[in-house]
Amino acid sequence: MPQGARPTPDSTRSKYWRKPLDADRIKIPHGEIHIAVNRCKGCQFCVEYCPRHALEMSSDFNVKGYHYPVAKPGNLCVDCRLCQMLCPEFAIFCVEEGEGEDEGTAKADGKAKEAGE
Amino acid sequence: MTTKTGVAPDLTHPMDGLLRMDRMPHIWCPTCGLGTTVTAFATAVESLGLDLDRLAVVSGIGCTGRVAGYIKVDSFHTTHGRAIPFATGLHLANPKLKVVVISGDGDLFAIGGNHFIHAARRNIDITIICVNNFIYAMTGGQVAPTTPVTSKAATMPYGNFEQPFNIPHLAESCGAVYVARWSALDVRRLAKSISEAILKPGFSVVEVISPCSTLYARQNRLGTGLDLMRFYHDNCEIRHGADTRELAIDYQSKIVVGKFVDRERPTYLDSMNKWYSEAFGGRYETYEGSVK
Amino acid sequence: MTTADPKGVLTGAHYLDGDHAAAEGGLAAGCRFFAGYPITPSTEVAERIAARFPQIGGLFVQMEDEIASIAAILGASWAGAKTMTVTSGPGFSLMMENFGLGLMMEVPTVIVNVQRGGPSTGLPTLPGQADMMQARWGSHGDYEVIALSPSSPQESFDYVIKAFNLSEQYRLPVLVMMDECVGHMTEKIVIPKAEEIEIVPRKLFHGPKDAYRPYEPDSDMIPWMTRAGDGYRFHTTGLTHDERGYPVMSAECQEKCVHRLVDKIRKHADDIVVLEEEETDGAEVVVVSYGISCRVSVPAIERARAEGIKVGSLKLVTVWPFPERRIGELAEKVKAFVVPELNYGQMCYEVERCAAGKARTILVPHGGGWVHDPKSIHQAIKEGAK
Repeated sequence: MPQGARPTPDSTRSKYWRKPLDADRIKIPHGEIHIAVNRCKGCQFCVEYCPRHALEMSSDFNVKGYHYPVAKPGNLCVDCRLCQMLCPEFAIFCVEEGEGEDEGTAKADGKAKEAGE
Repeated sequence: MTTKTGVAPDLTHPMDGLLRMDRMPHIWCPTCGLGTTVTAFATAVESLGLDLDRLAVVSGIGCTGRVAGYIKVDSFHTTHGRAIPFATGLHLANPKLKVVVISGDGDLFAIGGNHFIHAARRNIDITIICVNNFIYAMTGGQVAPTTPVTSKAATMPYGNFEQPFNIPHLAESCGAVYVARWSALDVRRLAKSISEAILKPGFSVVEVISPCSTLYARQNRLGTGLDLMRFYHDNCEIRHGADTRELAIDYQSKIVVGKFVDRERPTYLDSMNKWYSEAFGGRYETYEGSVK
Repeated sequence: MTTADPKGVLTGAHYLDGDHAAAEGGLAAGCRFFAGYPITPSTEVAERIAARFPQIGGLFVQMEDEIASIAAILGASWAGAKTMTVTSGPGFSLMMENFGLGLMMEVPTVIVNVQRGGPSTGLPTLPGQADMMQARWGSHGDYEVIALSPSSPQESFDYVIKAFNLSEQYRLPVLVMMDECVGHMTEKIVIPKAEEIEIVPRKLFHGPKDAYRPYEPDSDMIPWMTRAGDGYRFHTTGLTHDERGYPVMSAECQEKCVHRLVDKIRKHADDIVVLEEEETDGAEVVVVSYGISCRVSVPAIERARAEGIKVGSLKLVTVWPFPERRIGELAEKVKAFVVPELNYGQMCYEVERCAAGKARTILVPHGGGWVHDPKSIHQAIKEGAK
């Protein structure tokens, strides 16, 4: 983990970035974020450390009274699953888009599936 | 008496198979690193393709001690400080079991300290995952043998003046064959270290620097576990193979993480079997367990 | 019911002391895991097992202390092994917390206490019988125990096997309360053939995986056990737990969980209690004794009988559970109980309690360090016959 400043959204748009030469051959994975809303205890690890800043905290409360994460619009998730590994409540996981359907999962492009009790 | 709050019946987390879902939600606080540690453990176990029927988890008393109760393998919640000798008995009686001790810094190094050093000395083939949150959280935030100097604790209300243990150094000096330290934030490397530790024959130790929001952070006004994670992000420095003498952790100081020890030593059973087969001149039947 | 594994049975006549006999008893019973710590006068048990185990496929380990020893035998028992440890007073005290863990988790194992003079470091090389109440009440909380008290090397051998059988049948750590005198006295012992030794097998569950409840009692109040590695993915804890082995913090769960631990012994006391009575019918005085004090009482009883006093003797093979019913029955008929013990009063209070004032209880105390002079017991018998 690099020392120093936390990554900011602007770092991906630095003037020194160029489009990689093999960009058309490499497929960036896309993930479908699944959130068990009522397991969440609002710790914000996932929001903080998603490398794509694909999550934000909802203004809604879950049944326990915590704000829970929701996917930002824009198909940002790349299925890295860091949120899945960091979450202390086993409340969030990703699947590669198009694979691994759960019952009742809405097919979406990087959209979150929110489920409650 | 307590109402059971189940989890979404139509949403199964990939880890639910390894968890005792009938006991969820767990008791740990929001922003506690224990849930994350359990996930890293589950990731490690899954990546190794271990036979879960042969995996046993033993824990002691404390917040980390509750880990055994949530993992769906043969799991043992034993007495304070005695997870290691219990695990030793379990392993030696049936060496086919993979025995992992998951316990806290106080449980393993205060009351359990003597058992730690002897199991390391003997190189018993078990894995120790020490979740170090620098405090006795379950009982209300008392000082632990890892609490950094100057930090506040319930039994050090004017600030801690005791020098804490340097766990990797202790483990190395006592003979552990594998010693690593990661923060709970560094989940992938942590999971990888846990895998390596489990596979490694002999006494393997993985120290997990874990945030404790309700006691350690709150008593020292450091925010929540998220703030501690941010601190780990900015202050953990990876130095594989670092000299363990230099791995002490001061209050809110740099934390050196990495894999520090990975060496070879015959395990207790290997030594025993070799010794007896020489002593008995070939009439000795290799010990493979006390259970028929 | 099965019989002993011949590998561990040293069939034949031997000249052994109580410690060595106890070790052979363990081996004959099928013990193949021993974790212990040296402490006089029990050390010879460990030393013999250290020598014998590699020959028969057992594992001996000298742990760093008694606490580690008892923790290790509990863990090994969960792996499915038959396990034991030995100690004396100071180590017995150290083991108390995990003795409670063994009782709460319902783990079969055997703990031998070769008692010495106490309290504290006391008289390491000399006999005492002053841990008897500790055997019953030494750990914290509510529970019942089973404790046996041999009075000879032969009995040391026999009672260790009996202890293993009781531990498997009732799923708890069983105590064998020896004393230094019995431990260090050398006598002839006869070890029978393996097929003549009855062994109670562990009550292991073999049903479907999802049907298993680790602490669901059977009709005999004892739950079915399993072994780590058999695929039942059980959880067990020292916390008060429900039938799934999960901790539940409530008074209702405490009642269900702990009351059964007490009842499983109390309600089976009649099956568990073993006494050896001699001439108690029509006796005026009954000598109630256990361990080495039984042997010492013999000349005193014979002398009193020669003087015309009708003396019966009641030997406590099982000291715990205490034979409440039998003492109560005898109390209706005798004038007095005489209780010689190598302490300043422990089991005599149980006798007195159960006699409920219907007969006198005369304690013949002795601080330990040596055995009673039979004269003092004889004196007490005469006193009781008045």
